[in-house]
Amino acid sequence: MSLPRHLVGFGDELRREGVAIGTSELNDAFAALGEVGWTSPGPFREALAATLAKSPDDRRVFELVFERYFFRATEGAALQAGIREADAPGGGLSEEGAERIDYEALREQIMEAIRAGDEAALRDLARLAIAAFGRQGQGSGVLGVDVQRIRRALGLKSEPGQLAKGEGASVEFPLTREQIRRFETLLRRELERAQIERTQTLPAARPLNELDRALPSGPAQDLAAVHRVVMQLKRRLATQGHQARGNKRHAHVDVRRTMRASLETGGVPVVLKYKPKRPRRPELYVLCDVSTSVTSASVFFLSVLHALHDSFRRMRSFVFVERISEVTDVFATERSFKAVSDAISKDAGVADVSGYTDYGRVWREFLEQVEDDLHPRATVIVLGDARTNGRDPRADIFARVAERAGRTFWLNPEPRLYWNYGDSVISAYEPYCEAHECWTTKQLEDFVKALTRPMHA
Amino acid sequence: MIVPGSVDDVSGGLQAAGYLPGESTALVAYLAARLGKPVLVEGPAGVGKTELAKKLAEYLGRNLVRLQCYEGLDEAKALYEWNYRKQLLRIQAEAEGTGWQAVQDDIFGEEFLLTRPLLQAISSEEPVVLLIDEIDKTDQEFEAMLLELLSDFQITIPELGRVEARTMPVVLLTSNNSRELTEALKRRCLYLWLDYPDAERELEIVRMHAPELPETVARRLVEVVGMVRELDLKKPPSIAESIDWARALLLLGAEDIDQQMFRETMSIIVKHRTDLDTVAERVGVRLAA
Repeated sequence: MSLPRHLVGFGDELRREGVAIGTSELNDAFAALGEVGWTSPGPFREALAATLAKSPDDRRVFELVFERYFFRATEGAALQAGIREADAPGGGLSEEGAERIDYEALREQIMEAIRAGDEAALRDLARLAIAAFGRQGQGSGVLGVDVQRIRRALGLKSEPGQLAKGEGASVEFPLTREQIRRFETLLRRELERAQIERTQTLPAARPLNELDRALPSGPAQDLAAVHRVVMQLKRRLATQGHQARGNKRHAHVDVRRTMRASLETGGVPVVLKYKPKRPRRPELYVLCDVSTSVTSASVFFLSVLHALHDSFRRMRSFVFVERISEVTDVFATERSFKAVSDAISKDAGVADVSGYTDYGRVWREFLEQVEDDLHPRATVIVLGDARTNGRDPRADIFARVAERAGRTFWLNPEPRLYWNYGDSVISAYEPYCEAHECWTTKQLEDFVKALTRPMHA
Repeated sequence: MIVPGSVDDVSGGLQAAGYLPGESTALVAYLAARLGKPVLVEGPAGVGKTELAKKLAEYLGRNLVRLQCYEGLDEAKALYEWNYRKQLLRIQAEAEGTGWQAVQDDIFGEEFLLTRPLLQAISSEEPVVLLIDEIDKTDQEFEAMLLELLSDFQITIPELGRVEARTMPVVLLTSNNSRELTEALKRRCLYLWLDYPDAERELEIVRMHAPELPETVARRLVEVVGMVRELDLKKPPSIAESIDWARALLLLGAEDIDQQMFRETMSIIVKHRTDLDTVAERVGVRLAA
């Protein structure tokens, strides 16, 4: 197969993995390859990445697909041409060569190569390690298992990074997790290569699974992602008024003030005065479930709430378990998320006796507190799993709340699959509100879109 | 004016201008100059996205035209605006008898056009580097407006017609990734993701900007900054802050970064009260007393 055909095939494969690539992008890729010396792997990969992968997520998928596609392409070509490594002079590893390897020396060399970042040497070492390992006859035949066994046999493990105390450069730096992972990738690839050579067939192509694809993320990053989505929400809400008024981007001239100003210039209106734009501020009421059945989600919810408070002045928040408690002031005085969640768990006084959610009572108390303030331009957002623990859902009171407010949204932290199973009564509330499932930031973004639709469209 | 001949040229040129590019940075900059395609640069705040544009302009020997984006930015401030006062004066100065047609032809001419950064960039005699900074701060309508400029390097002014680029600018757009940009915009750009540099490269950057700093201190500094970035902070320290810190340590004549020195100077790299506490708790104690 020729290179253009391979590139188009590569583009197809990326599309199958969900990266949006148009023909124009492929054209760009060809143009870019015309400009760089693509005989070495680095620029070739970077040039393709710059033209094809246009977000960090896409870039990640790109790397995975790149490895897979071109590995298979070379191996496929080698199979077709009938090239075997053992035939090549000097290539391949003889039996007695493997005989003499001892793990300790190998380990030293691998550490050396990893630290130097020498990819080629590392690949050779990976093959040595595989040969030595194969001689011992511990191979399981399953690639992933073998990779881990080899790594353990070599005694390579990542150590938590610690500060070298005082001596500076003389202290040995332990390997980072990233460096180990790189070596493992090489091991895996060499094992795969050996397998292909043995069986003389390419293994079936398998699409990336969700685990490979997902970004490695800690809770902190999740929190940052939530903040980002809420920033977006704020921006959308702020410009919402403009959309409702039919995209009038220009300010109106204030005739009175313009005339007044024109007196200075002999009645010629040289300086125009505009009417100030007064965006309509939406009003939010947010109710957040903090009971034990949503423990994992309530951190997520509270961070949403926290981020919302950073952005909106006219917003009232409530937390509830058995009864409801307004926490607007807590958010107003405390800046850090940690302090807020501590204060809420300590002082909000939402758990009464049992600690189980009582939605019926919550609606009643909520309506008592805010009935007079609710108006058709207000938006009520409920964050909860609608699990009543067998108590009366009192959907009739919820309907009254929804009726008084302009719009009502329900964010459920459970996947839609679990709705209405067990004691979940979301179907009782669904006729009165827009229910969204919300357990990833992606879904939160979808909710933001729904929330910022023009109100009476 | 320089037309780069290879990726290494760009890499060397940027280094000479005081910017240490990574492999992909140099490559994408080279492609941008050769293919005439705009580049979308994304990455966390303070990794040198804007700096790249400045240094690229310096290396290519072009002027830098910068458009800082913000919420509510519109055509009048980005593209062009009619000079209303001048038009008004023209009409006033016109003798009574002149026909409407003559006046109308007069007042919608280039003479009455106020060029804003984008129009300025494409109508410039000398080719320029155009930096559209923080494109994610604007709204989607503005992005749509940019499309004509980015793909065809032309701007349509209803009263005048099409203004085509006299010279091809090198266009860089930066984004802090605070909102997803539209597919249409991304499609027209090359993509470059700038991340925090690895320890070795950051050490080189620090050395480049504070060459007199002792080697051991510089090494320790990079190490500490790396650790601070791993924490969950509101604002992790950027490269610019590493450099500031290096210069401060140089001024103070620091021989080593010990606990006391760190406590006194950490406000240079950490800029939130809550972050300060976290850093003191998690990193400060791990340094030599």
